[in-house]
Parts: sequence; C-alpha cells; structure tokens
Amino acid sequence: MSRARWIATGVLIAVFVLALFASAFAPAPYAKQFRNDTDHPPSTQFPLGTDELGRDRLSRLLYGMRISLLLAPAAALISTALAAIIGGAGAYLGGTWDRATNMFIDLFLSLPWLFLLLTLRALLPLDIPPFTSVVVTFALLGILGWAASARIVAASVRSIRSSEFLLQARAAGCKPSRLLFRHVLPNVKPILLAQFWISVPLFILTEANLGMLGLGVTEPLPSWGNLLRELENYTALRHSPWLWVPLLSLVLVVSLFQFALGTEEPA
Amino acid sequence: MRASGHRVIGSSGEVRARRLFGCLLMLALVLALTSCSRKPESGGELRVTIKTDPKTLNPLMAEEDASDRIRYLTGGVLIRVNRKEQENQGELAESWKVDEGGRRITFDLRPGVKFSDGSDFSAGDVVATIKAALDPSLHSPKGDPLRAGGKADVRALSGNEVVIEFEHPIAGLERLFDEIAISPERVAGKADSSVVLGPFSVAEQRAGEYVLLKRNPYYWKKDSAGHQLPYLNAIRMYVLSNRDTELIRFRQGDIHLIDGLPPDLYEQLHSEDSGAARDLGPSIESEQLWFNQVAKAPIPVYKKTWFRSRNFRRAISLAINRSDLARVAFRGHATPSVGLLSPANKFWFDQNLKPIPYDTNAALDLLKQDGFTRTEGTLKDRNGNPVNFSLITNAGNKPRERMGSLIQQDLQQIGINVNFVPLDFASIAERIMKTYDYDACMLGLTNVDLDPNGQVNVWMSSADLHQWNPAQKSPATEWEAQIDKYLRAQASTLDRAERKADFDKVQEIAADEDPMLYLVDKNALVAVSPKVKNADPVVLTPQTYWNAEYLSLEK
Repeated sequence: MSRARWIATGVLIAVFVLALFASAFAPAPYAKQFRNDTDHPPSTQFPLGTDELGRDRLSRLLYGMRISLLLAPAAALISTALAAIIGGAGAYLGGTWDRATNMFIDLFLSLPWLFLLLTLRALLPLDIPPFTSVVVTFALLGILGWAASARIVAASVRSIRSSEFLLQARAAGCKPSRLLFRHVLPNVKPILLAQFWISVPLFILTEANLGMLGLGVTEPLPSWGNLLRELENYTALRHSPWLWVPLLSLVLVVSLFQFALGTEEPA
Repeated sequence: MRASGHRVIGSSGEVRARRLFGCLLMLALVLALTSCSRKPESGGELRVTIKTDPKTLNPLMAEEDASDRIRYLTGGVLIRVNRKEQENQGELAESWKVDEGGRRITFDLRPGVKFSDGSDFSAGDVVATIKAALDPSLHSPKGDPLRAGGKADVRALSGNEVVIEFEHPIAGLERLFDEIAISPERVAGKADSSVVLGPFSVAEQRAGEYVLLKRNPYYWKKDSAGHQLPYLNAIRMYVLSNRDTELIRFRQGDIHLIDGLPPDLYEQLHSEDSGAARDLGPSIESEQLWFNQVAKAPIPVYKKTWFRSRNFRRAISLAINRSDLARVAFRGHATPSVGLLSPANKFWFDQNLKPIPYDTNAALDLLKQDGFTRTEGTLKDRNGNPVNFSLITNAGNKPRERMGSLIQQDLQQIGINVNFVPLDFASIAERIMKTYDYDACMLGLTNVDLDPNGQVNVWMSSADLHQWNPAQKSPATEWEAQIDKYLRAQASTLDRAERKADFDKVQEIAADEDPMLYLVDKNALVAVSPKVKNADPVVLTPQTYWNAEYLSLEK
C-alpha cells in the first residue's frame, strides 16, 4: 500500500473515531440552544461558532458526520448493488433481456419520484422518531437511486461482453459463472467503485433537499446534509467563512475514501 | 487720500454692487417662491414585484395578492380605508350617509370625474358596478360581504347621488366599498382595469414577466399645490417569486420597493444599506399554534383529552418563551403576541389584554391540576401516558422552522417531547382540512381586514377555518357559544363603541381559553430605494406604495 494511501486511511480512521465518539469530543450537546449567542463567530467556547439557534456548530458537525458517514455509504452500497444486479445482469444476458432492462431503467428514470416521496411522507406517521426517519430516508435513497448507475454499468458490461477476450474465454469452454466472476466482474469493478463514490456525497446532499419535504433528518438531529443547507445564505458565507467547514469536511472525507479504498493504478 | 478700510459712498463701484445684490435677492426670492409650489420630480417608472401572475384583471374578481395589488393601484373606489390612519375617507364619494340601522347607504358622488379614457363618470357606473358585484352568478369575492346583507336595491337618486338598500344591516358597511373598484357601466362585471378611475391603468401584461401600469391622465386627484396626480408615468410590476433574486435586483437599483421582506433578507439588506431597510413595527400578521380538537380525528383518545383541556393549552402557552421566538426566530423583527389581534390594528385591539408570561412553574402547576406528573424529566398524564405530540408546519419557511425548534426545546423543559415535522403545504392542508390526522399545527393566518367581521370566518364555531374544530353544527363548548354570541352581537349594531365592547369580549374569551396560541406578531419589513420620494410605508398592504399617486422618482 502506498504512503498516500496509509495517510488517507489514518486520517479516515481519525475522522470515524471523532464521529463515533462525538459525545466525548463535542463541546456541547448537539441540540442545546445558547439563545443569547446565536450566529456567534468562532471562539474558545464555540470553536466553529454557533448556528441561528445558538447551537454549537462543531458539536453538530461531529454528530452529523456520524449519521451521514454511516448511512450515506450504506445507501450508496444498496444503490450500487442494485445497479450491478439489474444493469449488469440485463446487459450480460443480452438480447431481449438487455432491451427489457434498458426500458425498465428508462422508465424508472422518467418517473416523478418527488411525488412518490411526497406521498410516502404523507403516509408515514407524524410521530415517527427522528432516527427512524433518517434510516427510512437513506434506505429510500438507496432503493431509488440505482437507475442512473445501472445504465452506466450496463453499457460497460455490454462492451465487455462483445470484447475479444471474453469471446476467446467462451470459445475455450469457460462456464457462464466463471465468465461472470473471473472476467466480467473484475472489469466492471472500477465503474462500480466510481458509482459508489459519486453516490455518497450525492445522497448526503439529496438528504438535505428532502428536508424541504419534511422527509430528511428531522430537528433537532443534525446531519451533514442539513448543515450544508446553511450554504444557501451566500451573504453570510462572504462574512462567515467558517460556514464552509461542513462542505470542506465532506469533500475531504470523500477524497480520503477514494484514496484509501480506490483501485491502485499499476506502476 | 482714502484710508484703506473706508468706503466712498456713492461711488460707481458701490452702485454696481448694490444693483448686483438687488438682482441676487430678487433671483433668490423668485427661486424660493417657485420652489414652494414646484411639483416633485414627475415622470419615471416605478418598479416593484408581484409574486405571481395576476389571475384576473377584473377588479371585482380579484382575490389573490397579485390581482388585488393591481386592483388597488388601478381602481377608483367610493370610500378608501386610509392605510396609514386606518380610517375611512371619501374618494369618488364626496360624502356618504349610513342609516336605517345599517341597511341603507347613500353616496354623494364627486362631480367632474373622468375615466382614464376621458369619458365621464356618472351614478350609472356606480349602480352597474355594485349590481355586478351583488350578482350571485358572477361569484365576485369582493361582492361576498355585501351579499351578506341579503337582497339589495341599488339605484341612482340623481346624477350624483346613489343609494343602496339592503335587506339586513351590515356592520362596518362603509369599509366594504374600499374593495369595489368602479368600472364603466358598459363593462361592469367584466372590466379589465384598462379603463379606470384610479391613478393608473393596465397598459400591458406579459405572462411570467411583468404587468405595466400607465398613468391615468384624467385622474381626479390633485396635490395640495393643485398639481395633477399621479406624479409617476408608470409602474412596472415584475412577476418574481424568488425573494433572494428580488433583493439582488433591489440592490442593483432595478426594483425600487419591496413589501413584506423576510427577516433574514431584511438583516442582509440592513447590514449593507441601513437606510433602505425599514422595520415598521408590528403588522397585523401573526403566527399561531393550535391543537387538534376534532372529535373524529384519528388520534388517540387520551391526546384528544389533553388537547380539549383548557389547562393543558394554557400550560403550553405559558411554557413557550415568546420573547425568544421574536428575538431568535425573527431576528428581533417580531413582537410577542398578546391575543388574536395585533396592536397594529389600532382601534379594535383590546388594550386590556395582558402579555402572556413565560412561566414554566405556572405551566407545571396548571398541568398538575389536570393530573399530569413529571417523573425523571418526562411528563405523564394521569393514566401514565408520556406527553408527546407532533407539531407540523410548512417546510421552507425559515422563521417558522426556527420557531418549531425553539418550542421543541421550551417544552422539553417541562418534560414534553415534541416531534417537529415540517411538511409540504399540500400535505398540511390535507391533514388540517380533510383527514384531521395531526396533533398540533403551527401556521400564520393572515389578517386582511381590520374590521372584526374579518375574524368571523375563523372564530365562528360553524366556520371552515375554525381550525382546532372546524364546521361545528352547534358550538362544541360553552365558551365557543359565547364567542358566537358576541360575534353576532358586534355584527348587528352600527354603534362602533358597542361593536368594540362586544369584540373585546371575544378577544378576552379567546385569550382565556387559548384554542389558538398566538405566538408572535410579525413586524412589517420593507425596502425603499432612496430614489423614491414621498414614500411613507405603513403596516397595511400595499405597504410601500399605498400612496402610489404621491410617489415620484429622483432623476
């Protein structure tokens, strides 16, 4: 493993420890409102300042990271797995299966999911605990977010299926299972990994937007997504550069993930 | 020999200097005299915004905000409610008289008035417009309050005298004519605001872009110096729903006036240009929270018992820190509510109402009386049910979302767990109007009318907007029956003092029973460009251009 990868892994572990033991590191409870110190700039008491309700930003970031770091990759894993199964299987089987899968993916992409989510929220009980709401939200994102990735996976599998090396393997009498696991999947792996890493920040941001529909992480629970909503206030961003910290930390963590777990280029 | 410092009297230099001084004095005098009667900078195009395209340009059909603002700027009315003084004043009617116990009103019309196309205004136009407003087949929202008076006989007594006789008396009858723009007889009921008696007429409309109003050259009103009004040549009303974009364009000088700024945007503008951002103090808009008391609501019976208890509602009211709601959620641009009317409603607000204190001990005492106990930080009812409820509001409204979080923490102090759920507006409407599947809701019901009759659609037990328990066949509680009685009493007399006394009773019962917890009265926040002259913003709509005919632009 390269030195850069070691460093990335080390920093990632540190971030995970910080997030998992947020209660030990956070200067204050994430929901506590210091109402006389709203929109406070960074200070010794509040290292990242306070939000509009006087809640300590650093504490909310640490707790928010914990939720998002656990659930967004889980949702990304679900959606990537679905993309691999549906898109990959259709393209690998070819012919009618491929056409049917393509149609299904197109249909799925064209459906107005916003209305489905609204209906779902309307059907959910109002007294659903905040943590359940979070899990439901990320599970939904995972289940609904596979289609765009599936199209890319299908295109890749289609190209592998018609490649010469696969033709030779087939001609050499390889069984379908061996073809799939020894020849197709290893070649699709970089694409799946790329789709996974794209999905993680995407789901974190989507969760923030779902908050507008009352479906995301509900108050007072913090998430990376709802911390990023503060970036909507562009005037405040000019005068309060510390508001960029959640975004920068998100970019950092996603980059570290890619460094630590990404496919290493051959020397 | 002349000593320096001494002057030779009668020298030619002296004479020239005296002449020059005389000329300058004359010039100054002439300038001073002309500036006294000089009319403000005329011309120019004032640019404001409306949030949506107007649904109609027919002033009798105006209902939503955009159409109503156009109606206000274009419509000539018999009586105008002065937005600043909040008193009725004659416009097209020089004078009026209400008699027959509030069943009859007689108008003396202003002579010499012309429509914007130069045609003469007459009693026939008034008769035709009022008849159209009263026509049930037109379904005019402006005519609805007049139709409450039953059958009406509208007729011209002479060329400048019109009388309307109703079957039943209507309290506060005069103010209803502030809403009815008089149209030419030939187009009454189907007018499009192009031929009007107001200061401006509609010249052009581009869907999704703007509505252009041009100056009415025949407008009857003149300023105190006798100059023809309005000063402006035109008003362009951009269709713009995004408040952030609106503020950016205001900063760029593309928009001159903004009504109803949200507190966050107000603060942004104030930090950059404190002169342009103006906080006018409490408006007549307030924020409320209510508990679901509908008998058939699909919520647990024990929750219905809590919500129907006056002590429970009162305790919640006492446990909410309204000062913090105003200071934190509205950035200090709101005032803790005292009751169902804001003090901005100068005449009808009940001065005897006391501010609601923030007192958690008093709240717990009241809850104790109902058998609630607090163990290990959790409040439980007499049957051991932990007290928790969901509070819904519309997502995307930042001050309201902040209020929800503040209330959540306030009630946590007395052991109540609030599940705060912002929802899209359609889901809220579905829950509070149809399924009744909710515990508590926080919204702002906008007051559009200063008169108590404007409250009837909320406070009468039979009303659809009686949100905590709507459309009751008969009053569910004794206090609701009392409110119904006083509302009817105030509507059946013409004596303003008597009406006030009756409506004070309504306000006092409402404050005592707390079916709606009034939280804060929002301040009226506006933006006024320094280029706009004679701007005198008020808390009533349209806040910044209620006196549009007197506004002018600095060149």
